[in-house]
Order: sequence, then structure tokens, then C-alpha cells
Amino acid sequence: MERRTLFGGWALPAAFVLPQALLTILFFLWPAGQAIYGSLTRQDAFGLKTQFIGLENFVDLFTDPLYIESMWRTLGFCLAVTFLSMGVALLLAVFADREIKGRGIYRTLLIWPYAVAPAVAAILWILLLHPQIGMVSHALKTIGINWDYKINGTQAMLVVILASAWKQVSYNFIFFLAGLQSIPRSVIEAARMDGARGWRSFRTIIFPLLAPTTFFLLVVNLVYSAFDTFGTIQAMTQGGPGKSTETLVVKVYRDGVVNLDLGGSSAQSVVLMLGIVALTVLQFRFLGKRDKT
Amino acid sequence: MATLKLTALRKNFGPVEVLHGIDLALTSGEMLVIVGASGCGKSTLLRLVAGLEAITSGAIELDGRDVARLDPAERDIAMVFQNYALYPHMSVFDNMAYALKIRGLTKPDIAARVRETAEMLGLAPLLARKPRQLSGGQRQRVAMGRAIVRHPKLFLFDEPLSNLDATLRVTMRAEIKRLQRRMAVTSLYVTHDQVEAMTLGDRLLVLHEGRAVQLATPMEVFERPANTYVAGFIGAPAMNFLPGALSHGGTAVSLDLGPVIPFADGKRDGAAGQRLTIGIRPEHIAPVPPGTDPTGLELQVDLLEPLGSETIVIGRLPNNELLSVKLPKNDAPTHSMRVAFPATHLHVFDAGTGLRLDPT
Repeated sequence: MERRTLFGGWALPAAFVLPQALLTILFFLWPAGQAIYGSLTRQDAFGLKTQFIGLENFVDLFTDPLYIESMWRTLGFCLAVTFLSMGVALLLAVFADREIKGRGIYRTLLIWPYAVAPAVAAILWILLLHPQIGMVSHALKTIGINWDYKINGTQAMLVVILASAWKQVSYNFIFFLAGLQSIPRSVIEAARMDGARGWRSFRTIIFPLLAPTTFFLLVVNLVYSAFDTFGTIQAMTQGGPGKSTETLVVKVYRDGVVNLDLGGSSAQSVVLMLGIVALTVLQFRFLGKRDKT
Repeated sequence: MATLKLTALRKNFGPVEVLHGIDLALTSGEMLVIVGASGCGKSTLLRLVAGLEAITSGAIELDGRDVARLDPAERDIAMVFQNYALYPHMSVFDNMAYALKIRGLTKPDIAARVRETAEMLGLAPLLARKPRQLSGGQRQRVAMGRAIVRHPKLFLFDEPLSNLDATLRVTMRAEIKRLQRRMAVTSLYVTHDQVEAMTLGDRLLVLHEGRAVQLATPMEVFERPANTYVAGFIGAPAMNFLPGALSHGGTAVSLDLGPVIPFADGKRDGAAGQRLTIGIRPEHIAPVPPGTDPTGLELQVDLLEPLGSETIVIGRLPNNELLSVKLPKNDAPTHSMRVAFPATHLHVFDAGTGLRLDPT
């Protein structure tokens, strides 16, 4: 049967679509367009003259050792955050999936951190890890570790990885828990009857059956760690000391807003945008394919 | 091949006791069917033996060794689940090889045993497939193969046929019986289906509300049900029950509806007037021509269920109670008929306790 619209004219449907369309145009299409246009231009330091220079910004980017270095740094950071947060979340989910007392409270507490704003989470971590006043750094110093992430780049990286991963654990936890609960009890029981216990049962039965969840979370976490961690990093280290925690998004902000290289910064934004598009396409294709079988 | 002995097995879920002390002994190679309505505790009993639930008290001895506190992995028991519970990410081969791999068999040994089992079950062409590419019957077969390939001491079947369609169920039922005979593995089989119970078991255990009400061969359960529950549960259509009282010095029953029927098998103990429940199966009720039998009763036909080879008549007795009668194909009346209860087929139960009363 043919579906027919009930609307006579175009005004009413247009009015329904308008708010969302406006939002999309105002907050996505327009800035994205600006970024793309900006990436093809060069401005003088005072913003008085703008010059169209084609792809020169991009050529500059990919020949800039600092940019390449930042890419590798970002990759390492993303992988570390993703594996840390997913690993911890999976471990917690496996335990929360068991029959334990106070399961509801346990789960609720685990989900809380997700509701904490990045900057607030950052403050919390600063209070714990601050070189002078932090509890953790105090403890570390008493056992002889010279803790100062404001000076030591490696320590700074560890700190932002920890804070960023912590924030994402809740989200991953919910998905892993749901994934675990959708595995039929009887399949795990069949494995028990077959002699599989503990780690073996997890490795050969539970983890393979979680694969769709794991893949979905992998993509989500990579995107999160590449883009949504700006707030956490900016609040904790501002990309420093030096450039040791300067990931690509932080670099966009530093180069554009702080150093006022709008063209180069725009070009970086465009590169990041393409990265997101690629990840999204990958996820849609892969998950779409799985659904069909 | 092993013996299984359950002693005073109890199970509580929180404050609720669901099994009230089950005693049971299986000889080597025996197939025992546990039958009962939903919620009678039959699946729980099976899961206790499997080790998937912890027992509250009692003992489970497999080949003389108490396994009640052992992990399922250490009991050497295989189980076939109702929903098959195949590993969805593994091929048929890997599903069957899984337990063998865990036991550390060598690859050639595993391959040989899986192939042998697959041949036996007609699964050889399907070994490379994933469970989702199989039909229900094939999945059921793989589930069986996964149990058989291990050569376990004990098989547990948890309503393995209830997810199959009627035709397939009949085929698989026969196949399970053949396989079990051939392999002679001691087996516990849980079902709520009385046809499966009657045809598969060497013996039958009827469970009712967590208690074993009768343990006997299927024919004995059918012919001499231990109480009214078993009598009503086994047999289709269900047995008819009529109230009456002991009379004539314990040699006859006087039905509340009038007829007095002498016991064909002997005298029952008890005071005159003791309340009885008389059971008679639908197929044993005899139609009689009007006026020929004084013990006959008038039956108003309420509903006819023609089954092809026979017809079930559901009618109303003079006191408006329902009575079902199984008749050969073409004898079905349309309005009313006269029926008699042959003395040789009466089951006599105490009306108060529901227990069978045998002649003294």
C-alpha cells in the first residue's frame, strides 16, 4: 500500500523540520563550512587580510614534524584510554553480572561518573594528584617516587590517560553488562558441563559472544578519547608540560585560539573531521553487515 | 556407564523448600524419566545432579563417589538442554570438540571421536556449519552429539524435545531411545510430556510438589497409579473420577450416582461408608444398549472430539459432572448414550488421602 502524506501544503512539514534544521545549520554546517573555507586561507596576525592559498595549509601540516608527532601521541593516548577504560569496565561488568548482595547499589555507583562533567572530573583528579596538595602524590613521595606531573611529561600523560579512561568506564560498563546479560545462561551452563570454568569459559565462550558489543565500544571509545577528552586535558595540563599531552584536539585549540593561526588550525579541524567520518562509516558498515546475517 | 544414587536430596530457594527429600537409585545403563507438571521441581532435581545448583542437603553418588560438592566440570556428566544451548560462535565440529579440547585430548583423537559421533547422528555433512545455519532438529542432534562425544558417565536430558514440532518430536524420541539403548549410558530424562515419559523410560519417577509420588515402570504407573494425582496425570484423556463409598463389607463400592459395583480383584479394608474416589479411564468405559445393564448411567453428549482412529465423547452424567469416554471410530452417539463401568478396570482410591487402596 502506498503511504500518502496527510499534509496539504509544504508550510506545516517545513515548520516541523525547521528547528532541527536550524540547529544543524547553525551549529554544524555553518561552522564546518567555515572550517573548510578557513583551511584554504591564510590570515595575517591582526586578521586584517585574508588570502586564499589552496591546499598549502594541508601540505604544511603533513610536512610539520610537530604535527606528525602529535598524531602519534594522540594515537598512543587513544589506544591507552580505550584499552584501559574498556578493560576495567569489562572486569567490573563481569563481577556485577554475578549474583551478589547490593548489586543495585554497586551498579548505580559505577554508572555515576558518567554524569560528571569533564572539567569537574579533572578538578577531582587534580586534587588527588596535585604535586603539592594531592593525596596520591603525597603517598607516592613517601615511597620515594618523585611525583610532579607539571614537570614530568610521562607522568602528565599518565595522569590525563587515567582521568580520561575513568570517565568512560561507566559508559563501557553499562554496555558490557547489557552484553553479558544477553548471553543465554544455558550456553554458559553448557560450557560448565563441558568442563570450562572461570578464565577458560570467559575466553572461549563469553568474550567471543561479546564481540559485537566490544567492537561498538572500541569505535565509540576511540572517538571519545580522540575528541571528547579536550575538556579533561585542557583543565589538567593544557597540553603541557611542553607538548607532552598535546593531542590533536588540544593542538587545534592551541594553534587556533592561543596562537591565532586560524588557517592551519582549520586545516587540522578538517583532518579530524575526516577521521570521524571514516570511523563512523566503518562502524555503520560493519554493524550493518552483522545485522543482516 | 555408572550407577546413580540420590539420598534424601533437598533443595531450598531461600525459605522455600522445593524438593523435600528425594531418594532414587539408577542401575547402570538405565533410563529414568522424571515427569511432573511445571513447577514440580523436576528441572531443579536435574540441575542438582548436574551441579548447576547447589544442594541444600543429601547426597548424590555417581558410581559410589559422592559428587554433590563437586563442580560440574569434575562430575563427568553431560547434559542436553531444552533450548539446545549450542555455542553460537562455533561450528558444529567445534561445538562437539569443545569438551574434548578442555580435557586435553590430542587433535587426531578429537577429530576421530567427533567424526564417529557425527556419523552416528547423521551430522557428518554439517560439521563446518554454524548453529544458526541449522534447522531445529539438526540443532537438537548437535546438542545430543555434544553430550555423546564425551562418553560421560551420565546423561541428563532437560525436556530436549519440547522446542521441536510434533512430527520431529516423534522421530527424535525414537532416535533418543535407540541411541540410549545402543550406548547404554545411565540417563535421567526430564519431561512434562507423558507420551515421552511412557515410551522412553525404563522406569518413571512422578514428581508432585517436590515429592516423589511414584517410582515404577511406565506400565505399572499406568495400570496401578499410586494416588489420584498420578492417575489423573498419566493417560490421555485423563482418568475420570467418581465419588462413592465402601459397601457390602468392603467388597463393593456404592457410587454416589447410584450404581453399586463389586470389586473384581478382592475386598478392601475399611469401615462401611468410608469415602472412596473411583477412577476409570475413558477407554475402559463401556457403552451398553439401553435397559440391559442396571449399573449403567445415562450420559448426555456435550462434545465430540473425533481423532480419526477413535472418538472422545465428553458428556454429562445425571448429576451434571463431566465424563470422558473413548470410543472406537464409528460408535459415536449424537445425543445421549448409556455407559457402564466394568468392575475389572476400576481404580480405588481413598477419598481423603488420595492414595490407592489395594485389595487385602
